[in-house]
Amino acid sequence: MKDSVIYADGLTKRFGLFTAVDHISFEVERGEIFGFLGANGAGKTTAMRMFCGLSIPTSGTGRVAGYDIASQPEEVKRHIGYMSQKFSLYEDLKVWENLRLFGGIYGMRGRKLARKSNEMLRDLGFEAERETFVRALPLGWKQKLAFSVAIFHEPKVVFLDEPTGGVDPVTRRQFWELIYRAADRGITVFVTTHYMDEAEYCDRVSIMVDGRIEALDTPRNLRTRFGAETMDEVFQQLARRATRQSD
Amino acid sequence: MAAVSATHLSKSYGKVQALQDLSFTVEAGELYGIIGPDGAGKTTLFRILTSLLLADSGTAEVAGHDVVKDYRAVRNVIGYMPGKFSLYQDLTVEENLHFFATVFNTTIEENYHLIADIYKQIEPFRKRLAGKLSGGMKQKLALSCALIHKPEVLFLDEPTTGVDPVSRKEFWNMLLKLKRQGITIVVSTPYMDEATLCDRVALMQHGKFLGVDTPKHLMEQYPETLWAVRSDGMHRLLGDLKAYPHVRSSFSFGAAYHVTLGGEGNPEELKAYLETRGHTGVEVYAIPPSVEDCFMLLSKNTGDER
Repeated sequence: MKDSVIYADGLTKRFGLFTAVDHISFEVERGEIFGFLGANGAGKTTAMRMFCGLSIPTSGTGRVAGYDIASQPEEVKRHIGYMSQKFSLYEDLKVWENLRLFGGIYGMRGRKLARKSNEMLRDLGFEAERETFVRALPLGWKQKLAFSVAIFHEPKVVFLDEPTGGVDPVTRRQFWELIYRAADRGITVFVTTHYMDEAEYCDRVSIMVDGRIEALDTPRNLRTRFGAETMDEVFQQLARRATRQSD
Repeated sequence: MAAVSATHLSKSYGKVQALQDLSFTVEAGELYGIIGPDGAGKTTLFRILTSLLLADSGTAEVAGHDVVKDYRAVRNVIGYMPGKFSLYQDLTVEENLHFFATVFNTTIEENYHLIADIYKQIEPFRKRLAGKLSGGMKQKLALSCALIHKPEVLFLDEPTTGVDPVSRKEFWNMLLKLKRQGITIVVSTPYMDEATLCDRVALMQHGKFLGVDTPKHLMEQYPETLWAVRSDGMHRLLGDLKAYPHVRSSFSFGAAYHVTLGGEGNPEELKAYLETRGHTGVEVYAIPPSVEDCFMLLSKNTGDER
């Protein structure tokens, strides 16, 4: 596991008699874009919460950015970024205020924070929006800004939970270009999505069914193995095997 | 008679124009899709058509009743499933269904045949509180409650948002069965792939319809030849395509890029160019456009993107 940024070995989470995540094992490398797919209720959110240091595993081992998720959850939180469709930014703060808040939370101060903010706004083409309240931005811009904020402190890995839901098709693709750029800089990207075309953009994809990882490979290899034209077909074949009720 | 007709509907919230002079009709028995991203104005439109919101200007009729003057009549003949789960969380599954049947002066027994397919899947949990159901089960209960009074027109606002691909497919199968029973269905979705299952689709953005047509005709009308382009280095390919002077547009689409070429461009030259840039395994082949390609073409000049 020389360069693995996410490492799971037999990772399991039970709630009473219910096994939400059932012995999952895999590694994700530095700079890799890893798609984490599964039907509603397959256990994705529970697994993601463990990787983010928000939920302690019942058994098994997990390491993220070099820290043990069970014994060093605070270190894990400091070295990851997180973005979801539901919570992204503070709507009643201005763009620059959001940057200062999130930068500050991760210990960035003064000139370094200012320089980094300027760089980021320039890269996004958002310089004119510095004083704009986030609530006044179009959804697509908010999502792009939220992603940039999630990687503002240069985390080793960023977790994206359905980042593109409801976003228009053009912005959705621009969002993926931001993901590619982050990955090229060495940030590992761990992403869930319900858009199966987006599964194709990942370096590797895992598909979870009933708490277990039923398949894990490059999109191309998965399509070949399942004799499928698209990742949607692969997903349909696997997810139909589920026996437990959705979410 | 049209099941839904809207004439010059406009609605603003402060400076935001949610609907801009929108006119359209939905025929009786039609499965009509309104496809567009968040913020397009879909929910505002649904709320006006279901008599829950007043337009600033324009008129609308549902099943022949004016949505303002005859709002009571409208409410009797429509079923409405809002995007946000709106049943009583502290009533059981069965109590919710019974409640909605009673409000409309009917009984579960009388219209059971309409909901049987859907309701049977949640009937084992009929004593469970609605608030304790899974997402998929809530969706089935909400649909059952919207159907129990045998509506003429069913309005479904983003019923599949956030739902995984397998459950989405099941939901659309339910809709196709309802359509066969003669119910008119108006359904909105942000998922472009669902458009092909509709009789007609309206592509919506910024409070306007960019186009309304059958999915088939919409795709046939695509004015350009669309090329799929692949190589062994997909990340790098995007930049190289954009750098090629004859590429008019290029968008990632699953395992390939969808590319349109300007006047001078042709696929052989594009392939040769990419090979000179060091790409291996280059494939360029013509493909039929999808609804999403059409949406992006039509929205090209109206977007708020940077």
